[in-house]
Amino acid sequence: MTTKSGHAAVPPRQWMQEHLFEGKPLRAYLRELVTPFHLVAGLIILAGLPLVVMRYVLGLGAVTHASNDQPWGLFLSWGLFSGVPLASTGFLMASAVYLFGLRQYYPLLRPAVLTGFIGYLFAVIYLLVDLGMPWRLPYPMFRAFGTGSVMFLVAWHVALYLSTQLVEFCPAIFEWVGADRFRRWALRVTVGATIFGVILSTLHQSALGALFLLAPSKLHPLWYSPYLPLLFFVSSIFAGLSMLIVESTLVSRLLPQRMDPANHQALDSLTLGLGKGAALVLITYFGLKMIGLAHGHHWALLRSNYGAWFLIEMIGFVLLPCGLFLAGIRQANVRLVRFTAIFTILGVIANRFTVSMFAFQWELPHREFFYWKERIIVAAIVTVEVLVYRWIVNRLPVHKEHPRYAGMH
Amino acid sequence: MKSNRRHFVRGIAAGAGTLFFSQRANALSPVEHFTGYPDCFGLLMDLSLCIGCRKCEEACKQANQLPPIIGSLEDKAVFERERRTDAENYTVVNRYPPAQPDKPPVFTKKQCMHCNEPACASACLVGAFSKSKEGAVLYNKDICLGCRYCMIACPFNIPAYEYHNPTSPKVRKCTLCYERIKKGERPACAAICPREAITFGKRSDLIKQAAETIRKHPGKYQDHIYGVSEAGGTSWLYLSEVPFATIGFPMGLGTKPFADYTRGFLSAVPVVFVVWPALLGGFHLFTKSRQQAPTGDSGGPADSKEIS
Repeated sequence: MTTKSGHAAVPPRQWMQEHLFEGKPLRAYLRELVTPFHLVAGLIILAGLPLVVMRYVLGLGAVTHASNDQPWGLFLSWGLFSGVPLASTGFLMASAVYLFGLRQYYPLLRPAVLTGFIGYLFAVIYLLVDLGMPWRLPYPMFRAFGTGSVMFLVAWHVALYLSTQLVEFCPAIFEWVGADRFRRWALRVTVGATIFGVILSTLHQSALGALFLLAPSKLHPLWYSPYLPLLFFVSSIFAGLSMLIVESTLVSRLLPQRMDPANHQALDSLTLGLGKGAALVLITYFGLKMIGLAHGHHWALLRSNYGAWFLIEMIGFVLLPCGLFLAGIRQANVRLVRFTAIFTILGVIANRFTVSMFAFQWELPHREFFYWKERIIVAAIVTVEVLVYRWIVNRLPVHKEHPRYAGMH
Repeated sequence: MKSNRRHFVRGIAAGAGTLFFSQRANALSPVEHFTGYPDCFGLLMDLSLCIGCRKCEEACKQANQLPPIIGSLEDKAVFERERRTDAENYTVVNRYPPAQPDKPPVFTKKQCMHCNEPACASACLVGAFSKSKEGAVLYNKDICLGCRYCMIACPFNIPAYEYHNPTSPKVRKCTLCYERIKKGERPACAAICPREAITFGKRSDLIKQAAETIRKHPGKYQDHIYGVSEAGGTSWLYLSEVPFATIGFPMGLGTKPFADYTRGFLSAVPVVFVVWPALLGGFHLFTKSRQQAPTGDSGGPADSKEIS
């Protein structure tokens, strides 16, 4: 590929040094890998590994608290129901830049697509841990079609969107390996891929909510609503915007050398813009939740324990972040907007855990969540997720333009 | 030439029409309204006859090659807590305190209700569950992924999972003794019941019979045949002397088949696929033309080259 694209062939050793080892000789690269961060990450992964093996040797029951009454546990509440809304970054920024002409957000486009891609990739990985027979994952695509099932939709859309996001991220990959022609091809399908991505995101962000439409008698009435699909979709928007604020902040603080100085400078104003978007969507979400509450006529339930939690969610994790975002924008207080973004993400995670776990089968007397083995496996997978993200940001032109293609977008 | 074209257009219209209507009839058929096969079988259980001997549990385990009952059938300690079905028990008998202290306790038998339009079937992404015309809701272990959405969806909390089977975990539940009923036999639980509390027959006949039983014994039974309309109707039907709500039966399930709850969402999917490209493509063209207008900002053609 490198020869085709017009520059001289390089020996493999040099190629690896440039592309994989951050420009250092292998020995030096390996030596520099020994850092406290990597040690801690390694320990967490080592702790998780035997438990993952245990899951495949002894069955799901050996490592989770999932039961016949609570068939879905931490893997799905965290990996699928919380992970997917936080991975909506890709479709948000791609549509902002390519469909709505908000070109000032271009510096955040690739980080957003990468965050989205990795979020989805790991959602699939959590699924592979959770599914009884993960090797049958391609069945709904090739073998048996449950067309009347929302889960069928989720499976297809996650698979298609994962591929779409890979296509959207391809320009960065081809710049990294220096494949000009492929890069041009990949850029040519951008608008098509973006539109396809928005379709898929609309449908499966909402489909995750629609999964619970089938459990009207099991999900607490304060959270069960015919609007569940819409609520899941709308909340994925502020989840993704907040995620992007946090992600870009972390890279600018922890890996400053990987971010172009121009992007560094633009980041504050872009962050305020993202915060403004999140505030707008948060208040919309609040309105929809209130309509749902009124529509279901559930006011009396607000006086129960679940009602208290519902109010905490609505006031503490929707109205309050909305107000904080607005205050941050008015005072141009980027720090406040960043803090609020973290807060908003916690709110979305709390909501997804409530719907898929706490408020599900709420009438059963005795329930257990979060088996410690389950938590360690999740911690190990999250660690791998962070390492993969960092590995890519350290090598590929994500927050930084590739010198050969600088100014070409 | 002209007539040729007209022919062609007419052909396309006819084709599109056929496609449209056949789509409605076939492709979406798993979510079409369905009130049960006319001649399907059912089981009617008169709870007032049940004495909690658990012979049905034993017979069920034998018929389905499940591990035998632990302990003795005489041991009543098993009733101290309410049990649910699991991977080794397709049916369980539970005991509930009587309505009046001088009456004997009430026993109920729990197993798959074999819904007319099962929630598990509409949940399954590979269609591993199907309602047979005999009435049994059957499970195909060869295509199941083990996602357990069926268990999330079942309003009766019946399907159970082999959580400790690493290589071929299956969802397990009552099969209505499908093999037996195809041979003309009764399901094992109905055949063994010493009190003949369980009647096997055509579902439509059983409903009439149950109504007749209520009418013949004024004041004895609740005026409710559980299963006639719950969640769209089930193959299992129950008569009880005490309110069903007090003996562990899920109430408030409504009369709609559960598939109805996702039907609206699923029908919106093709709409999004058709409308979004036009809408979003329109936005793209609009912003592009605005950006390329000569009065627009400094972004020249080189600038917009790779954006568009």
